[in-house]
Amino acid sequence: MDTHADAQASEAPQAPQAPDAPASDARPVLEAPDIARVLTRIAHEIVERAKGADDVVLLGIPTRGVFLAQRLAAKLEQITDRPVPVGSLDITMYRDDLRMHPPRALARTEIPGDGIDGRLVVLVDDVLFSGRTIRAALDALNDIGRPRAVQLAVLVDRGHRELPIRADYVGKNLPTSLRETVKVQLAEEDGRDTVLLGAKPAAQ
Amino acid sequence: MSKTLIRGAKVLGGAPQDVLIDGQTIAEVGTGLSAEGAEVVEAGGKVLLPGLVDLHTHLREPGREDSETVLTGTRAAASGGYTAVFAMANTFPVADTAGVVEQVYRLGQQHGYCDVQPIGAVTIGLEGRKLAELGAMHESAAGVTVFSDDGKCVDDAVIMRRALEYVKAFGGVVAQHAQEPRLTEGAQMNEGVVSAELGLGGWPAVAEESIIARDVLLAEHVGSRVHICHLSTAGSVEIVRWAKSRGIQVTAEVTPHHLLLTDELVRSYDPVYKVNPPLRTERDVLALREALADGTIDIVATDHAPHPHEDKDCEWAAAAMGMVGLETALSVVQETMVETGLLDWAQVAERMSTKPAEIGRATGHGRPVSAGEPANLTLVDTAYRGAVDPAGFASRSRNTPYEGRELPGRVTHTWLRGKATLVDGKLT
Amino acid sequence: MQRHLISAADLTRDDAVLILDTAEEMARVADRPIKKLPTLRGRTIVNLFFEDSTRTRISFEAAEKRLSADVINFSAKGSSVSKGESLKDTAQTLEAMGVDAVVIRHGASGAPYRLATSGWIDAAVINAGDGTHQHPTQALLDAFTMRRRLIGRDAGLGQDLAGKRITLVGDVLHSRVARSNVDLLHTLGAEVTLVAPPTLVPVGVEQWPCEVSYDLDSTLPKSDAVMMLRVQRERMNAAFFPTEREYSRRYGLDGERMARMPEHAIVMHPGPMVRGMEITAEVADSDRCTVVEQVANGVSIRMAVLYLLLGGNEPAVSHARTAEEK
Repeated sequence: MDTHADAQASEAPQAPQAPDAPASDARPVLEAPDIARVLTRIAHEIVERAKGADDVVLLGIPTRGVFLAQRLAAKLEQITDRPVPVGSLDITMYRDDLRMHPPRALARTEIPGDGIDGRLVVLVDDVLFSGRTIRAALDALNDIGRPRAVQLAVLVDRGHRELPIRADYVGKNLPTSLRETVKVQLAEEDGRDTVLLGAKPAAQ
Repeated sequence: MSKTLIRGAKVLGGAPQDVLIDGQTIAEVGTGLSAEGAEVVEAGGKVLLPGLVDLHTHLREPGREDSETVLTGTRAAASGGYTAVFAMANTFPVADTAGVVEQVYRLGQQHGYCDVQPIGAVTIGLEGRKLAELGAMHESAAGVTVFSDDGKCVDDAVIMRRALEYVKAFGGVVAQHAQEPRLTEGAQMNEGVVSAELGLGGWPAVAEESIIARDVLLAEHVGSRVHICHLSTAGSVEIVRWAKSRGIQVTAEVTPHHLLLTDELVRSYDPVYKVNPPLRTERDVLALREALADGTIDIVATDHAPHPHEDKDCEWAAAAMGMVGLETALSVVQETMVETGLLDWAQVAERMSTKPAEIGRATGHGRPVSAGEPANLTLVDTAYRGAVDPAGFASRSRNTPYEGRELPGRVTHTWLRGKATLVDGKLT
Repeated sequence: MQRHLISAADLTRDDAVLILDTAEEMARVADRPIKKLPTLRGRTIVNLFFEDSTRTRISFEAAEKRLSADVINFSAKGSSVSKGESLKDTAQTLEAMGVDAVVIRHGASGAPYRLATSGWIDAAVINAGDGTHQHPTQALLDAFTMRRRLIGRDAGLGQDLAGKRITLVGDVLHSRVARSNVDLLHTLGAEVTLVAPPTLVPVGVEQWPCEVSYDLDSTLPKSDAVMMLRVQRERMNAAFFPTEREYSRRYGLDGERMARMPEHAIVMHPGPMVRGMEITAEVADSDRCTVVEQVANGVSIRMAVLYLLLGGNEPAVSHARTAEEK
């Protein structure tokens, strides 16, 4: 069984499967304090652009997008003094590259109690790459309800878009080559917060 | 008349000797023989046996010529080293009248590959209710002495008793297909661990053993001889052993497949392993080998049961029961009995030629390899090993469980009354 | 590479847990306004039913449609099959139409295995019940129901059924549900006990990974789940038991017997129930009886199986046994 939890690897359907472990020579481009700082900034941007964020619903894309969404929700609550609904949206079964890999284990889709109809949904993911994950997420949202608007927040935008998709909130723009890998690690899943930039193994 | 000199053959597996065939008989057996104008066959250490005799063959003609005919079946027999086969009665129409048995007999004579001795049905239409005209079949040109409803059991105890008694008048024998019908309703395979797992209807050993027990007691009571077809279980061996120890006139046969294969093969759900009686367990296989070695089981009989491809290329329950066997029998016996040290070649000759001829009263067959005897002979290359390839079968059907399996031994020559029916592995 | 689900015995513990976990996510789709996923768009699945079984057929059909597969229903009744066409010819006809998977229900044990291994077709084969052999998706939905009820929806994720005591009661001999459940529950670590009159237990059962008892009353207090198997009335005529009344008295589940079960224990039935035979109306309609839940769970399980076998370029389920035989 291959769970393919590595969101960044699966973002690039054309590329051969990247290994779960980052290359050993990977170097950190964001550390824990940087990550905390950019999330705070994104939270403020959301409040500002959503004029108080009173109808915002945060939906994280598993695996790491969910933890980022939860962290953002906590920060939004600090800023606005109101709880912000947060959930998760698994896009596995909406992927356009299903036929190219063995089926992946499904992650949880958890829509907060009041649903998404008429609300501002902010999708949260760790890395924005080809844009295909977000396209799948938009399709998945379509089957769940009709939001007033959908926005996208990502920790890292590494470029190389294959679809006309852009992020509304970006933690860090990270120009990369296709030979490089971007690996986000979060304490909830990986035991520490960091973003690593590495090179793909030569064999690929 | 033509002469053939077989040079350097291990007669019954013994020291190499020369055998001279003159016309239809063996003229001389010895060393350093020579004969002017004789065709010479260099045996080169191959084993020479009396022509094999199969007491249990299904030739399918008349009625199912799509699976076998007397011609294709006897060619298969010659290929396997047989010079006489007993053709079972479950044809369409059933061989329950003098007319049908004479037809089958004549077809055998006409083709000339192997003597065909028809077996007559015990009851009309194999229905188990009314005795067929056993006497008429015996008196016919076919001279039937073996009677069997094979495929079905003569399960009515009174009918069985009468049949056993009746055939005494002309030295006949009833060959029983021992299968208690009620205990085997819906039966698909041996009842046991494997059937429980596969969910296939069970054919319990007791359904065979209970009939054998009853029939040996009936044979004892009326003083008749009884023959048990395709004995397949360790329990049946015990009953026959007990009966023989009491002096009951019982003989028994085992098929090659029951000496080699087990019900574990059914896990493939491949109907090529579907046969009646079913493949049993390892324990049964070992008991059958031992019984054949010690003489409790008298003979090997093939139960050669050809079926067309479509009757096996389907789901298990829908498939026909049976396997072809004439062309692989001797190889399986070599594998299971000779190479295991349980039998030598003289004993193989006894169990595959002498005794079956005796039980079926096949005159001229199963005789010693010595001067003056009919030249019914089989030459076997016992050093050969090779995978079974059904494409090379002479039989019209290919339903062998041994496809691709490596088996020892290959019949290279067969002579029927001095006439070669098989030369260098090729039919004449 | 095998792409089939033929027997519950082919599943490893990890395969089975993955299917249950996947089904748990599939179940949540049923709560959405649009109960449909695009996952199997463009895949064609044929439901090839040689036996009538409306409930299994519609359960598979619902699962297939929720995953957006194209569904063809083929009932052997009234078709060329009843005119003597063989399984092989039927299968090859369907294959020629470009079918990706065949969900087969057949009266002959082993027919799905034969279909998957004979080389007749390339499509994936999913066994929807064959003779008295196997019914793997039924066992999976039963295990799913047990895990939800005995461990919990979320608490159960990633878990097997280790240590759970499961009792199956009734006609084990003729039951593909019993065979599948014994295999799967054992794989999942449960302790299985079969309770039946000796006539309805197969010879050879001693090799199964379970206990056998002839006494229901002594087994009930030690059961976390009790699954009642259907007992067909016609078995009586073949002398498997004397009368319906005697069967019910010794092996039927009524309110009094149910009270002997631990408080948390559930009553299950694969359906269709024969009320008054193996189960009384009182038990069948009680809160502890999961029959209706099992039906709902059946759709989720079948979605999970279809997704895991057909959702990618190769199956996610490893199939220990069939792989070994290759």
